[in-house]
Amino acid sequence: MNENKLVHWFKYASPQSFYPLAGKMIPWFWALTAVFGIAGLWISFFVAPTDAQQGEGYRIIFIHVPTSWMSMFIYIVLACWAGLGLALNTRLSGMMAQALAPTGALMAFLSLWTGAFWGKPMWGTWWVWDARLTSELILLFLYLGFIALQAAIDDPRRADKAGAILALVGVVNVPIIYFSVKWWNTLHQGSSVSMTKSPSMATTMLWGMLLMALCFWMYSIAVALMRVRAIILEREAHTEWVKLLDEVKS
Amino acid sequence: MNAILAIIRRDLLLAMRRKSEVLTAVFFFVIVTSLFPLGIGPESALLKKIAPGVLWVAALLATMLGLQRMFAPDHHDGTLEQMLLSPTPLGLLVGGKIAAHWLLSGLPLVLLAPVLGLQFDLDAGALGVLMLALLLGTPLLSLIGAIGAALTLGLRGGGVLLSLLVLPLYVPALIFGAGAVEAHVSGLGAGGHLSLLAALLALAIFFAPWATTAALRIALE
Repeated sequence: MNENKLVHWFKYASPQSFYPLAGKMIPWFWALTAVFGIAGLWISFFVAPTDAQQGEGYRIIFIHVPTSWMSMFIYIVLACWAGLGLALNTRLSGMMAQALAPTGALMAFLSLWTGAFWGKPMWGTWWVWDARLTSELILLFLYLGFIALQAAIDDPRRADKAGAILALVGVVNVPIIYFSVKWWNTLHQGSSVSMTKSPSMATTMLWGMLLMALCFWMYSIAVALMRVRAIILEREAHTEWVKLLDEVKS
Repeated sequence: MNAILAIIRRDLLLAMRRKSEVLTAVFFFVIVTSLFPLGIGPESALLKKIAPGVLWVAALLATMLGLQRMFAPDHHDGTLEQMLLSPTPLGLLVGGKIAAHWLLSGLPLVLLAPVLGLQFDLDAGALGVLMLALLLGTPLLSLIGAIGAALTLGLRGGGVLLSLLVLPLYVPALIFGAGAVEAHVSGLGAGGHLSLLAALLALAIFFAPWATTAALRIALE
């Protein structure tokens, strides 16, 4: 029976069987994105109280914090897929890593941009050379390096593997970079959400942020799946099963 | 061990037959650091303050120049494939090539830095710390750079791509290296920064040849 289960799961490591599965999952993740997004936006705009010190401008954190979380989380997921691809030599892992990279870069970019919008009224400046801002910027560079490396290699299998090594080297470096930039920590306020002590913000704000984080999470999954489907079609274009697909035939 | 020494000797010999390539990187270092005072102005207080950063950034860029040549010529004439097939572990041979790269592009910078530091009015103590930091830091640059060089082997636009991949990874070396000199100048003592730099170097000596080897195998597949 156990054997059956294994076969069942590893079946989806092949692009051919993952392609329809991803197609079935995408609408669900879009639906979840919409549900969490509407609930999150409603809470963040209408329920969460105006901040005593920061006024209405603070509401940008409902975008800023989730995008920062996602940018870091996606890099870790990307590195996991990359490591899996190197260890097991599965084709789908490389495609997943490739599909995640642009979303991660987008999240890092949004996080920096919303941070700048927040910083201008709050700190009076668009940018400060603080540890978290700087490491987020370097994270964006790491994403861009990953995308550029994969784009420069014509052979997709080599692109996957070379990208995987880069992602793994990067993921080892991310904490080192973070702690090294922390040395000249300046204006950034301390982290306001913490796992250990109770959060210093109102509960409704926290809910808004968590819902928005879930919304971005579901969005990232949905977009990555859509992109991975496109990558599968592109790379498997020569195969028989792709030619038989309805969307390809028409 | 013999294999490493043989590789180092070979790479140095090859470089000596084409001195211009090595000298170009060294002169690049000299020229870039000399351009900064021209762009910023001759106030010695300001120059003294930016000196560690300028010297370090120039050192990063100068080591970048030689990185592409670490594997590309050997890849081109097939030597690299022979190394892959040789009974000696590829990691050792790669270690030898990294050491040779450091001797050619890192060590000259370490030796030149105090002279250039004088242009920026650094005192003897600061110059000593700068040399020590570069001595620990430049091998780190060669080690991390080797990974990038192996990943971009034989790609079009490899040079620009290489800098995009490697420069973000150089950030910790830059921060601790330049930070060591700044900490010394401000009287805090450079010990902490230098220890961290040495720790990073130890980590890189262990992991970088390994990652480089993996990248080379992929490139030559």
